[in-house]
Amino acid sequence: MKTAVIVFPGSNCDRDLAVALEQVTGRKPAMVWHQESELPDGTEFVGIPGGFSYGDYLRSGAMAARSPVMRAVKDAAGRGVPVIGICNGFQVLTEAGMLPGALMRNAGLSFICRPVPLRVENSQSLFTAQYDSGETIMLPVAHHDGNFQADEAALDRLEGEGRVAFRYLDNCNGSARNIAGILNTAGNVLGLMPHPERVIEPAHGGMDGRRLFEGLLEAVNA
Amino acid sequence: MKARVFITLKNGVLDPQGKAIHHALEGLGFAGVNDVRAGKLIELDLADGISDADIEDMCRKLLANTVIENFRIERLEPAA
Repeated sequence: MKTAVIVFPGSNCDRDLAVALEQVTGRKPAMVWHQESELPDGTEFVGIPGGFSYGDYLRSGAMAARSPVMRAVKDAAGRGVPVIGICNGFQVLTEAGMLPGALMRNAGLSFICRPVPLRVENSQSLFTAQYDSGETIMLPVAHHDGNFQADEAALDRLEGEGRVAFRYLDNCNGSARNIAGILNTAGNVLGLMPHPERVIEPAHGGMDGRRLFEGLLEAVNA
Repeated sequence: MKARVFITLKNGVLDPQGKAIHHALEGLGFAGVNDVRAGKLIELDLADGISDADIEDMCRKLLANTVIENFRIERLEPAA
């Protein structure tokens, strides 16, 4: 699988994501700078990493969402290429209009950095096929603006269409309906606040994130 | 020509920052503050000929996130 990781000024989980992708796919991803207007030919998966792109100026993810490379990412997503946005990447995807809702300041105002239990709500997606529906997994979160909000109609739609991928068991940040990760309508774009790329080998203290990338690899190669 | 854009959270959107400010005001002994909502003020220095519609377009495309925020544009008279 040919993968690409988008790098913005202030991204800081790009390397972790690259390591995870290389471990799972056996190929180094292309690291694509935000000013590029195209993705490498034949890109089969795009990852938007965590961090503090543009110093979170204006709103988290707001500036990154308007950078040249995001037009290419949108086009790729429109063609069905899977795209994942993790943490700041999730914020970028909502700001870019590729996912509904917005990520606001945590309800408790504190930056939260710890492993949290999540329930896998939908195991039928490109990203979650190796998990069981209802399974509890542990992934770390590290964010200040992870409080997912959308209007009631949008939330009902997300739930009704099975687009809530992950939910917090304990709502650490105030997110509406405990939502930790959502899919787009077509199911090929996933945004989530927790960091699957940080738990892919035993030395990380957990491996619950690895199956996300393995499942994706399997789906792309199928 | 200058314009100001006021960006505020929509009604019903939880404002943890406003709540924290409210709490701090109470801590300082200021009674009688019923609620606090925090927002942003963005000042634009504009070339002649930039219309209100242009500014509104800027707000919708970048300055405000209309999922959660409202905006209001205020034109300032240019200095003589």
